[in-house]
Amino acid sequence: MQPNVVSLVSIGRHPQSGRARRAEQDGRGVELGLKLAGEKLSVLHVGNPEEPVLRQYVGMGLPAMTVLKQDETADAVPALSDYLQQEKIDIVLTGVRSESGESSGMVPYLLAEKLGWPVVARVADIVSIKDGVAEVLLALPRGQRRSVTVKLPFIASVDNAAAPARQSAFGPGQRARMESVNTHGEVDQIRVNWQEAPAKPRPKRLKTVKAKTAADRFKAATAKPQGGSGKVMKNESAAEKAKAIFDLLIEENVIR
Amino acid sequence: MVIDWLPSILIVVLLALGVIGALRRISLWRAGQPEKVNLIAGLMAMPGRYLNDLHHVVERDKYMSRTHVATAGGFVLSMVLVIAVYVFHVEQKIVAWLLLGALVLMLCGAFFVFKRRLNPPSRLSKGPWMRLPKSLITFALTFIVLTLPVAGVLPEGFGGVLLTLILSVGVIIGLGELIFGMGWGGPMKHAFAGALHLAFHRRPERFGGGRSTGLKPAPLGDESHGVAKPSDFKWNQLLGFDACVQCGKCEAMCPAFAAGQPLNPKKLIQDMVVGLAGGTDAKYAGSPYPGKEVGHAKGGANNIITAGLIEADTLWSCTTCRACVEECPMMIEHVDAIVDMRRFLTMEKGDTPNKGSEVLENIIATDNPNGYAPGSRTNWAADQNLPVIKEKKQADVLFWVSDGAFDMRSQRILRSFVKLMKAANVDVAILGDEERDSGDVARRLGDDATFQSLAKRNLATLSQYSFKKIVTTDPHAYHCLRNEYADFDTEGALKGVEVLHHTTFLNQLVQAGALKLDTFKGGKVTYHDPCYLGRYNGEYEAPRDLLRSLGIEVAEMERSRFRSRCCGGGGGAPITDIPGERRIADMRMEDVTATGAELVAVGCQQCTAMLEGVVEPRPEVKDIAEILAGQLIEEVH
Repeated sequence: MQPNVVSLVSIGRHPQSGRARRAEQDGRGVELGLKLAGEKLSVLHVGNPEEPVLRQYVGMGLPAMTVLKQDETADAVPALSDYLQQEKIDIVLTGVRSESGESSGMVPYLLAEKLGWPVVARVADIVSIKDGVAEVLLALPRGQRRSVTVKLPFIASVDNAAAPARQSAFGPGQRARMESVNTHGEVDQIRVNWQEAPAKPRPKRLKTVKAKTAADRFKAATAKPQGGSGKVMKNESAAEKAKAIFDLLIEENVIR
Repeated sequence: MVIDWLPSILIVVLLALGVIGALRRISLWRAGQPEKVNLIAGLMAMPGRYLNDLHHVVERDKYMSRTHVATAGGFVLSMVLVIAVYVFHVEQKIVAWLLLGALVLMLCGAFFVFKRRLNPPSRLSKGPWMRLPKSLITFALTFIVLTLPVAGVLPEGFGGVLLTLILSVGVIIGLGELIFGMGWGGPMKHAFAGALHLAFHRRPERFGGGRSTGLKPAPLGDESHGVAKPSDFKWNQLLGFDACVQCGKCEAMCPAFAAGQPLNPKKLIQDMVVGLAGGTDAKYAGSPYPGKEVGHAKGGANNIITAGLIEADTLWSCTTCRACVEECPMMIEHVDAIVDMRRFLTMEKGDTPNKGSEVLENIIATDNPNGYAPGSRTNWAADQNLPVIKEKKQADVLFWVSDGAFDMRSQRILRSFVKLMKAANVDVAILGDEERDSGDVARRLGDDATFQSLAKRNLATLSQYSFKKIVTTDPHAYHCLRNEYADFDTEGALKGVEVLHHTTFLNQLVQAGALKLDTFKGGKVTYHDPCYLGRYNGEYEAPRDLLRSLGIEVAEMERSRFRSRCCGGGGGAPITDIPGERRIADMRMEDVTATGAELVAVGCQQCTAMLEGVVEPRPEVKDIAEILAGQLIEEVH
């Protein structure tokens, strides 16, 4: 049985030109969706159905896509959750990070909260789906993968480690149907108050290397960090575990 | 008497069968898409095009041109007279003697065809083509013997029934090949299809010494884009494929074929013939695509070409250098066909190999193939004090910088050129960040939608300013601006503007005495003709004049000017990067080394990049602007 897969797509933003484009991770989401569901994949966007960039997604070989038409200031999440609840859906794919506006980023989490579905973050691949359970590979740093099984339905955010989006073809993209669904979203007050600024690279913690020889420095530069300061807590009570996390967050200045 | 009617009947029957075959062939071409041609004017112009333009190309091989004139001229003349004598029974002796003369001429020609076929070069197709000289000789001898009594040399009825029967067999063999075979796809098809191809050529501008090299725009927004099936070609393109004589001149010139990449222009055209007529390539008797076996290709007018007839790699091996087109005595347009088929692969299948899709995506999102920030396009000129036309609004010369602006090697060429222009006090300006990629790569990779979008946006920018000349150091941008933008220039942004390559422009400056140059004291120098400057735009002299002005005697390579070998950098070939046995750039560098030159002068940043990519030791590679800038005598104030 082919699963019912929906890929949520957004209007991306090219990092160099700032021009609208097919968002990198959303493209990978469509690619993964095509692998799972073929042409039956539903591609869903909330916003303006006239947006030309959407043609780049359908140009990947889809006969049609659905656009929940609503104003730019409206919140995408209620429209999405209403729509997704109507359909019988197994997997929702999104990106991890948003390239512009309200895409990816918080969307999978807010949706999961509304729908009561699990979120699987940073997916590299969905290997198989059998008897309502999917075997999912999560992307970890340095090319590592973690295999997990998740019960359908779920929401997955697709990592950069997933297969890259295939080339978008001009002809099919132009001919694909844009099925526009009118929705009346509420104005997203939080978003209206956003201030957008170019991203700055986050400061990196300096690693002090106390190596004496070139070989040591080479090792320090290439070797996998051994951690060392971490702690594995298995038998402690939930309260103790929570306290440990809380302490760490304070120590790392995440919470002040 | 028997002798009176048997040959005549045979002639009429074979003529009729030949005509039926020809009509069938015409119906095959008509499966193609409509394209307007001027039927009457085309047919009227055809003999001139044959005698003048086509003959000029054949004339490069004197042996073959004389052979062909004798054989074909003798045949056409004798065929007319044969019909007069044997079908309409014109009985004047003078006509018979004329016929004898024509036949003897043809016999001489056929003898030389025969001689060449004794030990044919590998580029020639064998198979039925090996039979052709024998059929020609049979035809000529048969009708000579047949005509002797008519001319009064032999008595009427000479030889009796036996000779009549022998001659009848000769008539069947001769006319079977020459008339019947012409209509039914034998080697002589080339005469019939070739004549009509000349009459209805898709680029009539090429005749009479003209040049037409810009690709035709792809119509956008239809049910499909580009050529998927043979029937998607224009009808006169199909006709052009059928005109091929399989002489293999294209094959001998093709850089991809020489590099062992899976392309052979001759086989490609023959595969197109298989496609339009239906069937397989089992009967093809020439060199294969390197590394591919002949006999497995199957096609039909309505079958997808890349599904069984041609592999996509074959189409992506082409560097669009036009060496095959330049060499083809039938003036067949290989490059048009290849790009037409690439358009389908890119715009419909989304299947541009290797880095193709990444480059196209970058061009779409950033207007340059490597995805650099459009706002950094003018960074190279930070120290050049070059006026931007947005501020000046007008200038004598607009310098089209091209994407070389992002590449550090090409920037050296740009700076040299700026130095020369400043020394000559040229009123110059650049577009700065308003410039975009010319669309050359996108177009050659089959993405005409992106090319057209770039062309329109570039033209819209250009139309805001006034300038007399556009000069560029990039022959690819030069070709687009000069030959391909006109199809989209609705506002006349380039109307009355002279588009020049920097070598042409610098030559004008040198001739006018605006530049003071020292003589060049380095070693031997050779010059590599870039395809897009030479074959595409006919500029062979200006670069040589410039080198001469430095006192350089160019040590010419064996393959230079219109026969220049491609560097391997055109047509998106470095992006699609189809594997072969050798690299085209290496072969070109061998050509350079063979001259003993220590420096190869180039007029193109792509060629510079490709030739400099060859491992050392090798001659130095410099753009002509760099060489000139090095010899510039700067006035000290």
